[in-house]
Amino acid sequence: MLSAGWQLAAATLRGAAPLVYGTLGGWCAERAGVVNLALEGLLLSGAFAAAVVAHTTHSAWLGALAGGLGGLALAAVYGLLVLRWRANQIVAGMGLNLLAAGLTPVLCKMLYDDTGRTPSLTLAERWQVAPLYGCWLLVAVAWFVARYTRWGLWHGFAGEQPAALDAAGVGVNRVRWVAVLTGGVVAGWGGAALSLGASSCFSRDLAAGRGYMALAALIFGRWRPVPAALACLLFGFCEAAQDRLQGVRFGSGEPVPVQFIQILPYVVTILVLAGWAGAARPPRALGTVFSREGNH
Amino acid sequence: MALPPPPAVELRALTKRFGGLLANAGVDLRVAAGTIHGVIGENGAGKSTAMKLLLGLLPADAGQIFIRGERWARPSPAGARALGLGMVHQHFLLADPYTALDNLLLAEGPGRPLLLRRDAARAELRALAQRHGLEMDWDAPVASLPVGVRQRLEILKLLAGRAEILVLDEPTAVLTPLETGRLFEQLRRLRDEGKTVILVTHKLREVMAVTDQISVFRAGRVTGERRTSETTPEELAQLMVGRPVALRWAAAPGLAGGEERLAVADLGLAAVGGAARPRLSGITFSVGAGEIVGVAGVEGNGQSELIQALLHPCDRRCRTGGTVRILGREVTRWSPRAIRDLGVGVVPEDRLREGLLPARPLWENFLLGRQREPAFQRGGLLRPAAVAAAAARAVADYDVRPPALGQAAGALSGGNQQKLILARELGRAPRLILAAQPTRGVDVGAIEDIHQRLVRARDAGAGVLLVSSELEEIRALADRTLVMFDGRIVAEYPRGGATERELGLKMGGA
Repeated sequence: MLSAGWQLAAATLRGAAPLVYGTLGGWCAERAGVVNLALEGLLLSGAFAAAVVAHTTHSAWLGALAGGLGGLALAAVYGLLVLRWRANQIVAGMGLNLLAAGLTPVLCKMLYDDTGRTPSLTLAERWQVAPLYGCWLLVAVAWFVARYTRWGLWHGFAGEQPAALDAAGVGVNRVRWVAVLTGGVVAGWGGAALSLGASSCFSRDLAAGRGYMALAALIFGRWRPVPAALACLLFGFCEAAQDRLQGVRFGSGEPVPVQFIQILPYVVTILVLAGWAGAARPPRALGTVFSREGNH
Repeated sequence: MALPPPPAVELRALTKRFGGLLANAGVDLRVAAGTIHGVIGENGAGKSTAMKLLLGLLPADAGQIFIRGERWARPSPAGARALGLGMVHQHFLLADPYTALDNLLLAEGPGRPLLLRRDAARAELRALAQRHGLEMDWDAPVASLPVGVRQRLEILKLLAGRAEILVLDEPTAVLTPLETGRLFEQLRRLRDEGKTVILVTHKLREVMAVTDQISVFRAGRVTGERRTSETTPEELAQLMVGRPVALRWAAAPGLAGGEERLAVADLGLAAVGGAARPRLSGITFSVGAGEIVGVAGVEGNGQSELIQALLHPCDRRCRTGGTVRILGREVTRWSPRAIRDLGVGVVPEDRLREGLLPARPLWENFLLGRQREPAFQRGGLLRPAAVAAAAARAVADYDVRPPALGQAAGALSGGNQQKLILARELGRAPRLILAAQPTRGVDVGAIEDIHQRLVRARDAGAGVLLVSSELEEIRALADRTLVMFDGRIVAEYPRGGATERELGLKMGGA
C-alpha cells in the first residue's frame, strides 16, 4: 500500500516536471507583460530539438541543451513578432503553436523519413532524473530573483508599470526581450523533459496541450512562481491518477472507456480556469505594447 | 558686474509633430533657478508635449534644450536623471502591488548592485523624507496609500534621485482642497531649499496662488510670460484662449420646490476587489424640476458609480439595494434605454468612451441613442437627409467647430466634443439631465458656454444632477450641493450655504 502511494507520488512528479518548466517559461514572459500563448509551440520545438540532438550525439545533456536552444529559437521569432513588430500577442502565439505543430513533423520527415516520430533513444541518451529536480531548482531561483534582486524588480515593473521602468532609465523592451528569451529556454527544457524523459523519442503532438495546462497553472498560481508550480503538481497528479484508473470497473460493470479517464487532466484544467481564475489579477500591462508616443 | 545666473531650463524653438498634428510649434521657455514656474494652457495647447520633450521622454523634431545654461544635445530619460530633471506625471508611475520602498528602489535605475538592500535603502529614505518634511509608510503596498500620499511618494522618488528641477503635471487633479494646500506648502519649501519647480496646470487659481512666474501656452506656442505678482486671472485666461473670457459667473438661483424628477432612496453598491467598504451606501437624495443639484467630491469617492447606478439600476453590479425613481416612475428594474426614453439626457464622465464614437463622423454621433426617434427613421430604416438636416441645425446652434458633419468626432477639440454631446442630449428636451464632469478637459472659452446651456435647460424646467470635482463649477451652478466621500453623501448645503473651506473639509472626510 505504501509503495503504491510512493509510486503515485513519483508519477505525479514525473508528470508535473514538463508542466513546471512550461509554467516557469510562461511566467518569465507574462510577468514582464508579454502574453505567452506560444508555450505549446515552445514545448514542441524544445522536445524536437532535444530528441534530434540526443539521438545524433548520443548525449542526454547535449540533448537537453538543444532543447533549451529549440525553445530559444522559437521564442526569438515570437519576440520579433510581438516586441519588434508589435503583432497582436494572442494571434502571434497561436500562429507559432500551429507553426511548431506543423514544422516538427516536416523536419522529422526530412531527417528520418518518418512524419510520426524520431528514432527511439537508448537509455543512455535519455534525460530522466535531472529534469525532475532541476525544475524545482528553477522554481527556487525564480522566486529568489523576483523577490530579492534588481532584475526581479525590473521584470515585475515591465509587466505592471512599464512607464515607471522607462522613466528610471531602463529599457522596457530590453527587459521584455530577456524575459521572453529566458522563458523560451526554460519552456524548451520542458520539451526536452518530455521527449528525453517522459517519452523516449519525439512524436507528433507530444506536448498534447501541456502548454495550455502550464498556462492554466500560471493563472491558477496568480502569476507567482511557487503557487504556479504547485498547481502543476495538481495537474501532474491528475495525469498520474488517470494512468492508474485505466481499466478500473465501477461495481461489476464494464471497464470505464479509457478515453473518459484520459480526459481527467483536461477537465481539471477547465474547472480550475472557470472556477478559480476569475478572481486572479494578471499583471496590469499584460498584452500591451509599450510606447512613449502612445500617451502624449 | 556679475553675470546673472543662467536659467535652470531654457527651451528654444522646440518643435514636435505627431502625424498631422503640430503639438509644439516653436516653444520658447525660460525658467529661472530657485523659483516655482507655472505653465498653463488649455488641453491640447502643447504644455504636456513640451514637458515630455524637456524630460527626454520624446525626441524633438527641431529646437534646443539648455539646462543651467548648457546645451543638452541628446535628450533621453537617463540623461534627464543625470542632469537632475524629474517629473511627477499626472498618472502616477507607481506599481500598485509593490511597496513604497520597492517603487523607489526601482527608480534608482541601472548600475546598482544586483541584490536589493532594502534595509539600508529604507534607512536612507527615512532620513531623506524627514529632511524634507514628508512622511511615508515605506512598507505599505502602494495600492493601500491615499492619493495624496502616492503623490508625495512620487516627489520623494525625484528627491531620492537628486532631482534639482521638478516638473509636476496637473498635480492637483486628484487632490482635495486640503491636500492641495499641503502640496503647495511642500512646493514652497522645496523652492526655499533651492530647487526649481515647474507646475503644469490649467487651473488659474492655483498658478496665482503658488507660482513666481507664469508661461502661457496656446496652440503649441508660449503666448505670454508674466510675473505672478503683476498679472490677474482674467489676463491669463485671455492669453490662454485668445479672447476675453468671463471667469466669475454664478447662475441665478433656480426655482425651488418643483415637482420631483429624480428620487434615490438608500442606494447601495457592494465593495469590489477586496476593498473593505462598499462603493456606495445609503445614498438618498432627490432632484426637483428647475433645480441643479451639485455632487461635489474628490474623484473616486463614488460619483462615477452613482451615475452608473442611476442609468443601469437593474444591473446587479451597479446596485445592491435601494430604489431609483425617475419622473415619478419606479425604474429600479428598467433598462437604460427605457430610462432614457422617459426623457433623461446624459452627459457622461468619459466622453470618448461613453459619449461618442471617436472614429465615426459628427452626424452619426449626433444620432447616437436617438436613432429610434420617429423624425430620424421610418420602418427601421434611417432617413439620412432628415438626420443630416437636424445635425446641421444642432451643430450650428451649439457652435460646434468646425461644423463638418462628415468629420470624425475624435478630431474635434474637447470643448467641441462636449458641445456636440450637449447638442444631442439637450436637443431631446430632457426632463432630467445627468451631467458628469461636463467641463473636464474643456477649453476655458467653452466652459462658460456649457454652463449657460445647463442653466438654460434648468430654467426650461429640467432637473439637473451635476457631478463635478471642480468646486468652482459646483459653487457657480448648483442650487443645492451634496458632498460625497467614500461612497456616502456626507453633507448637503443650500446655494451659498457653505464656504469653500467647509466644502473642502467635507470632501476630505472631516
